[in-house]
Amino acid sequence: MSSARKGLWHIFRAPLLLALLSSIGLLAALIGDGIYDLLSWLALGCIPAVIAWYWAKANV
Amino acid sequence: MNVKAWFLVHKWTSLICTLFLLMLCLTGLPLIFHEEIDHLFGDEVQAPALPAQLPDASLDELVSAAHAHRPDEVIRFMFWDEHHPHLAFVSMASSMDAPGDENHSLVIDTRTAAILDEPEPDRGFMYVMFKLHVDLFAGLPGMLFLGLMGLLFVVAIVSGVVLYAPFMRKLDFGTVRRQRSPRLKWLDLHNLLGVVTLLWALVVGLTGSINTLSPIVVGLWQQDQLASMTAAYAEVPLPEQLSSLQRAVDSADAAVDNMHISFIAWPGTQFSSQHHYGIFYRGDQPLTSRLLQPVLVDAQSNQRLEPQPLPWYAQALLLSQPLHFGDYGGLPLKIIWATLDLATIVVLGSGIYLWLGRRSTTARRLAEVKSGGLSEEASV
Repeated sequence: MSSARKGLWHIFRAPLLLALLSSIGLLAALIGDGIYDLLSWLALGCIPAVIAWYWAKANV
Repeated sequence: MNVKAWFLVHKWTSLICTLFLLMLCLTGLPLIFHEEIDHLFGDEVQAPALPAQLPDASLDELVSAAHAHRPDEVIRFMFWDEHHPHLAFVSMASSMDAPGDENHSLVIDTRTAAILDEPEPDRGFMYVMFKLHVDLFAGLPGMLFLGLMGLLFVVAIVSGVVLYAPFMRKLDFGTVRRQRSPRLKWLDLHNLLGVVTLLWALVVGLTGSINTLSPIVVGLWQQDQLASMTAAYAEVPLPEQLSSLQRAVDSADAAVDNMHISFIAWPGTQFSSQHHYGIFYRGDQPLTSRLLQPVLVDAQSNQRLEPQPLPWYAQALLLSQPLHFGDYGGLPLKIIWATLDLATIVVLGSGIYLWLGRRSTTARRLAEVKSGGLSEEASV
């Protein structure tokens, strides 16, 4: 944990990246099949993956 | 608005909607997999194997078969879907203006016009989940009420994101302090899970609220586009004998390119005028397969009205359905949908825990938000 006060960019850059990945995931499967579905699973699948990562890290 | 105002918005919108949202998340979970569940507990009928090139029977034969099977009833809808080749589903009722949920369905083989099944309306577990999720067994008022809860959920998410900033001033992304106190651990998890599921939860919440407007959207379309397209029929007496359905569909087919028939609404149903078959097509691309193009054909003369694309609000409703259901990217997308649904349950549950956890004043809670959780910690 760093003790310096963080700016908004610093606080929101990770959530923004995840929101961007979510949007790609939500839209990809809507506009196509096959490779688009795969892109959708990978992009939206990042969200549960991030949850699992930090959840596991907290319980080590 | 300052942090205090946002805190109060977050607290009150959440308090009002959380129990309903928990119910929606729990009932929505099995509904994500309704196709798989129906398939698994399969009373689903399959079309018999017949020689591959056997052509479809005339639609008029299907209509006659349905009427012969249930002579005292009328057909209101006939539909097809891509997952059930060679099957047509016919929805019959005691009369055209019987209640909307009166639905005696028949499954007919499109090649032989044989009645394959007469499924009883489902009144089991999935039906209860569905009704709770859609309208709390309370019809349109229940539906609109849940739509309102969805909007409160959206406001709770937005205000939660605003509070995330002061809370995280001194914390790294993903911080979960599990050693210090249960309250701090759940506060961290609430913030982490809330912010990472943010976009998905916003989209599913908003599209869910939009879906609750579907009866209103259908009503608007009837009064707007449908009424103006069929204005010339205002004085025409109602058709007594309907003409050939097959010829009506042939006439409609000529008006569309690269589209598949999705369903037919009989004259006098909510999806057509009193004088026309409403023949609805869907596109053959992933995106256009979610949209519909109606073609209205006079049910006596078989004359076709010039098709018009559905108005924007109907298109918006149709596009918001897959984004709410998560049924547009195969089983992996459904599984991701389910995990995000479970994460949302944790966010809602931890929210209740944080509110119940300890009686406190707004000032103390604000200090907790602004200190990244440490002010409460000091006073344990």
